[in-house]
Amino acid sequence: MYRSHVLVCGGTGCTSSNSQAIIETLEAQIAEKGLSEEIKVIRTGCFGLCALGPIMIVYPEGSFYSQVKVEDIPEIVEEHLLKGRIVTRLLYDETVTPDEIKSLNDTKFYAKQERVALRNCGVIDPENIDEYIAYDGYQALAKCLTEYTPEQVIQIVKDSGLRGRGGGGFPTGLKWSFTAANAADQKYVVCNADEGDPGAFMDRSVLEGDPHCIIEAMAICGYATGATEGYVYVRAEYPIAVARLQIAIDQAKEYGLLGKNIFDSGFDFDLHIRLGAGAFVCGEETALMTSIEGNRGEPRPRPPYPAVKGLFGKPTTENNVETFANIPQIILKGADWFASMGTEKSKGTKVFALGGKINNTGLVEVPMGTTLREVIDEIGGGIPNGKKFKAAQTGGPSGGCIPASLMDTPIDYDNLTAIGCMMGSGGLIVMDEDNCMVDIAKFFLDFTVDESCGKCTPCRVGTKRLREMLEKITDGKATLEDLDKLEELCYYIKENSLCGLGQTAPNPVLATLKFFREEYIAHIVDKTCPAGVCKKLVKYEIVADACKGCTLCSRKCPVGAISGTVKNPHTIDTNKCIKCGVCIDSCKFGAIIKK
Amino acid sequence: MKTLAELMAIKEATVQKMTVREDTGDDAIRVVVGMATCGIAAGARPVLNAFVDEVAKRNLKGVTVSQTGCIGMCQYEPIVEVIQPGKDKVTYVKMTADKVAKVVNDHIVNGNPVVEYTVK
Repeated sequence: MYRSHVLVCGGTGCTSSNSQAIIETLEAQIAEKGLSEEIKVIRTGCFGLCALGPIMIVYPEGSFYSQVKVEDIPEIVEEHLLKGRIVTRLLYDETVTPDEIKSLNDTKFYAKQERVALRNCGVIDPENIDEYIAYDGYQALAKCLTEYTPEQVIQIVKDSGLRGRGGGGFPTGLKWSFTAANAADQKYVVCNADEGDPGAFMDRSVLEGDPHCIIEAMAICGYATGATEGYVYVRAEYPIAVARLQIAIDQAKEYGLLGKNIFDSGFDFDLHIRLGAGAFVCGEETALMTSIEGNRGEPRPRPPYPAVKGLFGKPTTENNVETFANIPQIILKGADWFASMGTEKSKGTKVFALGGKINNTGLVEVPMGTTLREVIDEIGGGIPNGKKFKAAQTGGPSGGCIPASLMDTPIDYDNLTAIGCMMGSGGLIVMDEDNCMVDIAKFFLDFTVDESCGKCTPCRVGTKRLREMLEKITDGKATLEDLDKLEELCYYIKENSLCGLGQTAPNPVLATLKFFREEYIAHIVDKTCPAGVCKKLVKYEIVADACKGCTLCSRKCPVGAISGTVKNPHTIDTNKCIKCGVCIDSCKFGAIIKK
Repeated sequence: MKTLAELMAIKEATVQKMTVREDTGDDAIRVVVGMATCGIAAGARPVLNAFVDEVAKRNLKGVTVSQTGCIGMCQYEPIVEVIQPGKDKVTYVKMTADKVAKVVNDHIVNGNPVVEYTVK
């Protein structure tokens, strides 16, 4: 029996800020002090507060240490683990008040969150099936196999109101019923873990923190739809997720929770992992299945839909990781419980990966209907450096943006669609006044141009032309006529592309045009970039009154564009200037401005 | 895995090993062992571990065992305090691992502090 458990985050975020070395040092120090029999170190999945990683929680006290460094470990071991004195300087600021140390759940970051899909992330050891079972794991599968018929299971999922979390928002129960209705000698369940949006890491975190819940949900789906085999398609760039999922599959097989005759019910289910090479198009369901079959990842026309003719030509149910992560809880707690959370047509919770210009970069899960303001100002801790919020990008390269004026819109599928945006998979990139919206649109087009598979012309050529038009605008060479052409091409690509990638690729342009048309106009008519981002439209100038003539900028300028004598105002030769910004950073008097 | 009973057996066994991570709330009985240099030198470690084992063995809920620094009466170490919400704190002195079972049984389970082990 261990008297203390030390949980260290082993998600990708904390691992990249050295949590592996922290775990190793911790174990070595604990051994050195002879505490190995008393203190257990557990590597968990993501706690969510990635901005303050690496994160560590020490039980029974529940002390939440943030931004722990390897050098801090001896102090934590000596003071806290050996002598029971909490190292307050390392505690997460929000938990420390002058009078007491607050529980983590009372901090702003966690208070408004409702964790369903992420319930076990950062709580259990993802590499230990027993801990998952201790938190009610595999009970939902047992319940389905021993108490419910497949039809009843589908009905529960339908009644819960769960919709696809990958971005489409299609009702999950309905999807399952389509596959169930098609008779075939073999059916499949596919889990889409090909999370490719820049800035999104919801699925990765679930696989890293709670892989067993995906296995359990896929087996339940197999039982409900009549499938006996499943595939998890996960990108090879997620090595930690892949490794933990494989461990979880092996453990489930050993326990007989995968394999033949599970819970003596006659139901067989087996699971395989397929690694994707990182193509964004493979997140599209038909391209994903083509890739699993061993072919080049290209989409195929629908219909036939996967429920009729999917993987290897057999009826297939495909769901996203987060969608699956909700299933076991829905079975255990009931459809009514799930449907009690959220809005009228969007039930349950949604996980968002908060990124960009925000203080608490990380992973959050909130009930549907929470406003963007609550997510950004309260949970996200606001915008750094006192800057003003400008917009939030949702849904990555397929999505749109929510401007500051719509911050109080309750987030759900239908509200976001109504304002010309989309829920997307859950990437939420926050932008402040320093971001140029035309530049943002160009960034996402860069991505889709790279990731277009090339099978259909509207997407392959159209996105490239679209990108060129945007470049013309940011170079200050476009006319207002080009703006009309840009918009026309957007609609053409949307209507004529074969798959979701092309159909949604122009969304970032359309959304920014809708809410920030004046920025486009400024680039085209006034030839200026209001945010000062687009290099070709920016001019650097020295304000003569503020310049003290210290010569620092002229010494730092890599191209010798700044001239002047000591104690006299300097000037910038705009023909030589490459707009690198070194002078602005070096000036101690704020005398250099971007125009 | 053939039956729900097998699954529940694994669950029960694991939950017991994980009680230390439970949020016991404000009503928990806290057993605090003085683990400063003086406490450790006087043999507080075996006492602490004995408490952890005894609480686990009896599968007691709502009891946390933790350490603290020097309580200030070094000559009486190892010192153990049992803190129960709404009741006076009880301080046991010169504890040994052998005395732990009696404290857990009489005091924590049955609510009768073991007066003979307290400070005179």
